[in-house]
Amino acid sequence: MIVLVSLLALVALAAVPFFVGAYPLGLGIGILGYGVLATAWALFSGPTRYISLATVAFFGIGAYTVAVLADLMPYPLVLLCAALIGLVVAILVGLATLRLAGIYFVIFTFGLAELVRQLVTYYEVNVTRTLGRYVFLPIGPEHIYWQLLGLLAITLALAFWISRAKIGLALRVIGDDPVVASHLGIGITRTKLALFSLSAVVMTLAGAIQAPRWTYIEPSIVFNPTVSFLTVIMALLGGPNRLFGPLLGAVPLFLLFEWLSANFPNHYSIILGLLFIAIVFLLPNGVLAAWDKFAARLKNKEARA
Amino acid sequence: MSLLTLSNVTKRFGGLTAVNGLTFAINAGETVGLLGPNGSGKTTALNMISGYLPLTSGTIALEGTTISTLGPERIAHRGVARTFQLVRALPSLTVGENVLAALAFRKDPLWGSEAEAKIGALLENVGLAGRQHDQASNLTYIDLKRMELARALATEPKLLLLDEWLAGLNPTELRAGIDLITRLRQSGITILLVEHVMDAVRALCSRCIVMNTGARLADGPTADVLSDKAVIRAYLGDDHA
Amino acid sequence: MLFSAILTGLVLGGTYALIAMGLTLQYGVARIMNLAYGDLIIAGSFGAMLLFTAAGINPLLALFIVVPSGFALSWLIYALMLQPLARRSPNRDRLEGDSILATFGLLFVIQGVALVLFGANYQSYSFLAVPIDVFGTTIAANRLLAFALAVLFGTGLWLLLTRTRFGTVIRAVAANPGSAPLVGINVDHVARLAFALGGGLAAAGGVVVSMYLTFSATMGVVFTMKALIVVIMGGVGNLLGALAAGLILGVVETLVSSFIDPGLTLAATYLIFLAVLVVRPQGLFGKPAR
Repeated sequence: MIVLVSLLALVALAAVPFFVGAYPLGLGIGILGYGVLATAWALFSGPTRYISLATVAFFGIGAYTVAVLADLMPYPLVLLCAALIGLVVAILVGLATLRLAGIYFVIFTFGLAELVRQLVTYYEVNVTRTLGRYVFLPIGPEHIYWQLLGLLAITLALAFWISRAKIGLALRVIGDDPVVASHLGIGITRTKLALFSLSAVVMTLAGAIQAPRWTYIEPSIVFNPTVSFLTVIMALLGGPNRLFGPLLGAVPLFLLFEWLSANFPNHYSIILGLLFIAIVFLLPNGVLAAWDKFAARLKNKEARA
Repeated sequence: MSLLTLSNVTKRFGGLTAVNGLTFAINAGETVGLLGPNGSGKTTALNMISGYLPLTSGTIALEGTTISTLGPERIAHRGVARTFQLVRALPSLTVGENVLAALAFRKDPLWGSEAEAKIGALLENVGLAGRQHDQASNLTYIDLKRMELARALATEPKLLLLDEWLAGLNPTELRAGIDLITRLRQSGITILLVEHVMDAVRALCSRCIVMNTGARLADGPTADVLSDKAVIRAYLGDDHA
Repeated sequence: MLFSAILTGLVLGGTYALIAMGLTLQYGVARIMNLAYGDLIIAGSFGAMLLFTAAGINPLLALFIVVPSGFALSWLIYALMLQPLARRSPNRDRLEGDSILATFGLLFVIQGVALVLFGANYQSYSFLAVPIDVFGTTIAANRLLAFALAVLFGTGLWLLLTRTRFGTVIRAVAANPGSAPLVGINVDHVARLAFALGGGLAAAGGVVVSMYLTFSATMGVVFTMKALIVVIMGGVGNLLGALAAGLILGVVETLVSSFIDPGLTLAATYLIFLAVLVVRPQGLFGKPAR
């Protein structure tokens, strides 16, 4: 039943580009892009509570890989290379930080995007001597839309599968009590590393797929920290421990973001910052959990009445 | 060959020496009591055997192979399981899932229908038959202890470490608990138990090791050790010796 | 050339040590991992620049305005935003997570305000930019002054923590927040003061930075990162550790930027961080965790 409904929804969403104009399609791409990022973020950070602030590091690596390699090899191969580079970076970061307390991971990821941005800038300025690149790929917005929709479907399917597989149980045990987890033979670092890498590869691909939209790419565009920031609030708003939570958070926040950046281009980061603080205060477990609580309270009231 | 060997094991926390040059060996099939006054280092010793705490110096070996350099998950795979002094349930999981977590990640993992069948048998063994779908956070204290034991047994350990598993039970529950451990003993599993309930120690342990201020004070048959003058002095002070 | 680079590095390291001391107070005592810390530093820099260019106030005098402002602002931030989080958190991990998220939001608020007021360009002003001869090599007077200020603030803080009753109370809370109330310490109150004191130091760091470095509204992340790395390297709550780690970081960065490439300084910082995480996560001078 659920599978059938999901497939129907997927087909309906896939048909959208045939019926809408360029602007709504652009919004659709943005929502799907952030939907993928937020779902991928929650895949790792939801159960482990390790807050990753490095979303845009992987997103930017993906976009930049496409900019560099697009002329050299066929498109699918470019995507594969991007995924591999994202995977390698994720494994290096994970090996250095995931065996330690969560705070080290947060700090490391906090500066990671800035580090990658500076390294890429250094490389482009000193080695290739071209800061800024053009991406000319015969990929229209509707193709980007379909690719992102496919990536979102795969990410949600993965998240669903993980929740029922052994690795999902391992994550729940680690979330409940890491000491018990290790005494039952669960490799904690290995489990976290696997999930972090998976989430990072998805983020990298989201960046790679969206690269052709920009046409012109330079480090300060693709490594914009606002992307990491938005991803975290979206996942938190929807609830990082629910399958569709992050996606549900992405829709309203992306639209709000679009509206703010059109109407308050200078103040949007202040407004978003305040909104973020409000979400951390009022909805620590997301809208869906708050809704469940509210519904349960209503039910109790009815039962008593 | 001994199943478990501790050689000169020492643990320091900053300036405090919790375990000081502890040496003993346990043979396969024995049930040994680890006794001593509060703060004598029993739980610290257990924590080092299970890999929860790293050693400051010395070695711990299982079946002749050093395990004291390994992490708890590798030690668990070598065949050591434990319960905790303060029960550590996995509260967001059901009783069945608590046991499944042990089955799914042991050395020869079980999953799916095989695991389901095994969970039923393990829960029945500890007296929790039919409670598989209860939420762990809803269990009573004794049932939590039973579940924790089932979880430890699910890994099919060679060595079972029980840290005050019988503490805090009422007399009826205590009787049931002692019977349960007696049955485990008869199944051939090796048990090292930290315990303050002396009746239980007399009923269960053929041999006892007594610790005081981090070191071994006595080691021998239970009756001899419990009447030892030095042991009584350590527990009760000089006046009673 | 090498001697001059090391001297420049030590001066820079003095500033890093100064800003790290504020962060170590906030994290070690108030238990708040403040990701907006660097943005407060930048706010201090803008404050000093504004006072200097618009009102002609000497940065040394500006300290008397900017530092109390930083203290007051941080006091308010703690009281309004962080204290409610601290009160509702059942344990330290939860507070750490919530405070990271809340200050991450704060970062964008402060940065947004700075962007609206000052734009995204790099800023600097010229103050005491006269060369002075030190052991045969020349160094700008503003850098020497910056170093002297770092030493002054560092010594002041050290004396405050080790020689006063208030300092003893702060150290007691840092060592064991659970038992401090048993000896009659109001932990809420001490945490708020320590957080505000950290904010005052950040503002002081900002004034010092503005005297000899260029800065921009979006640079806060980099300063937060460097302060965090110095804190971890020196061991959380360890002032002398922060001093040594700050100097090391300053010297390494200056050597890398003078002999390899200025574009690689952050990479060098990260490399040091990585080495510390792999070899001694408890910090170079921290006691090993149990």
